[in-house]
Amino acid sequence: MNWLLDLTPDEWNAVRLSIKVATVAMIASLPPGILIALVLARGQFWGKTLLNGLVHLPLILPPVVTGYLLLLTFGRRGPAGSFLVEHFGIVFSFRWTGAALACGVMGFPLMVRAIRLSIEAVDRKMEAAAGTLGANPLWVFATITLPLILPGLIAGAILSFAKAMGEFGATITFVSNIPNETQTLPSAIYTFTQVPGGDAGALRLTLISIVISMVALVASEVLARRIGRRMDIE
Amino acid sequence: MTLSVDINHRLGDFAIEANFESAGRLTALFGPSGSGKSTLINLMAGLIRPQKGRIAIDGRVLVDTAASVFVPMHKRRIGMVFQDARLFPHMSVAGNLRYGRWFTPATERYANIDAVVDLLGIGPLLDRRPARLSGGEKQRVAIGRALLASPKLLLMDEPLASLDEARKAEILPYIERLRDETKIPIVYVSHSVAEVARLASDVVVLSQGKVAAFGPTEAIMQRLDLLPAEERGEGGAVLDTRVLRHDEAFGMTVLGSPAGDIRVPRLPRPAGALVRLRIRARDVMIATERPAGLSALNILAGTIAAVRPGVGPTVEIAIDCNGAIVLARITEQSKHTLRLALGRKVFAVIKTVSFDSATTAPGLPVEADG
Repeated sequence: MNWLLDLTPDEWNAVRLSIKVATVAMIASLPPGILIALVLARGQFWGKTLLNGLVHLPLILPPVVTGYLLLLTFGRRGPAGSFLVEHFGIVFSFRWTGAALACGVMGFPLMVRAIRLSIEAVDRKMEAAAGTLGANPLWVFATITLPLILPGLIAGAILSFAKAMGEFGATITFVSNIPNETQTLPSAIYTFTQVPGGDAGALRLTLISIVISMVALVASEVLARRIGRRMDIE
Repeated sequence: MTLSVDINHRLGDFAIEANFESAGRLTALFGPSGSGKSTLINLMAGLIRPQKGRIAIDGRVLVDTAASVFVPMHKRRIGMVFQDARLFPHMSVAGNLRYGRWFTPATERYANIDAVVDLLGIGPLLDRRPARLSGGEKQRVAIGRALLASPKLLLMDEPLASLDEARKAEILPYIERLRDETKIPIVYVSHSVAEVARLASDVVVLSQGKVAAFGPTEAIMQRLDLLPAEERGEGGAVLDTRVLRHDEAFGMTVLGSPAGDIRVPRLPRPAGALVRLRIRARDVMIATERPAGLSALNILAGTIAAVRPGVGPTVEIAIDCNGAIVLARITEQSKHTLRLALGRKVFAVIKTVSFDSATTAPGLPVEADG
């Protein structure tokens, strides 16, 4: 059994990096995810269909295409990339931050979808009741809407995390496969399968990625159930 | 408190044109479903913006389209109790109660949490979740939540409509206490004659978006023609009376009214207490001579003040009994046989057993300062 648990430093790095990238991607997507979901669920404006399509694009496009588009816009010479480097010193290309960006973008449609559905399920009469009690729209959102959509928020976050853990195509296209910087679990597994004698390593990382995904899934189930019980929605 | 409403609002092919001013303790907006009651109350709360019009409380303008004034609902300080309690499911009862208080400026907080909890009898519920409450308990908590925001006006949108009779009977006394023990003016939406006759000091009758009549409850309740068809049987005179004494031997209470003494089944009210009595027109018989050998205990002398055609083969006869009007609904044939006409001296006969808990309620205190 030793070969199963004895991870090489490079393998450990891939595990750690994957968790870091997925966590950052998930957390950074949440605020824009909630905002876009809110706009799509409640807003009525020209171009709503267009925005909806744009959000869903990463789900439909081949990941390689998404990765290449990211490279064009957020690469060092890309319009967004060069702006961010000059003004904020933020570099995406060939950095782990770029991997997080790619993972966040790929998981974004799944997150928005889950949150949007839960916002649409919120009884707006509750919000009106809070309004008559003196809460302004911002407070209504913070104290009524947000707690009521919490289960959907968690579901969306977990979907985004799971997607990030498995993201391969866009990441490798955008930030390549650099050990200890952009080599996430899928890239590391892919690398193992490309070299002779890499089977043991590939299997080890595969098992680890299964365990991480299962833990995330179970954790979200437990959390959602606990919130559901606390709320006791009839 | 004076509430003035002058609204002109159109929704599709339904239009609301309402213009009235009320200074009552509890003003009922009364009418059949679809008459615009709820729309009107939503306009007062600020949930809907009127196309044209003005609403003001004591001169404080809430909305005035001519002056482009619209105070958003969270700044109106108007409490609202909805038909479907709308308690926040993610908060305990205590959390729900404290919610509005939090948004009320400290200097404007007059509602005391202990007093409100006591008034509504919701002390044992504080730690519970809304989902674990009965319909009646939910509605009491919803009333408490609205009160604790220290509102300047309390709106109640059919708060009893979704409850069964037992639950209604459970809540009505609390609304009466609210009306009599707090200083908050109330606007109460209802389509039930029983509720309006029991609770209201003033009534606005709405019909197809327009004010069909407005006035004190006693006056409005005599206009059986204003009542929705299915509620007409409940209509009749509303008398404010006082408990004179109890007849323990026969289990009765004697009420004093300008029309004379009225015997009703024993009420759990002390001597001297105010009782509002509703005498259903269908429960009143008319005799041209003082009847003898009759089981009915209440015989009130008066003169016929009005004769109005009723539904089908009936007529409605208003009898002026020493200043108090008692309404009777009898058949056209009886009117003809007895030759009942304006000014004739008659006797109104009412059985004691025709009074029940739905027609006897604590009366409104007489307002000292008007």
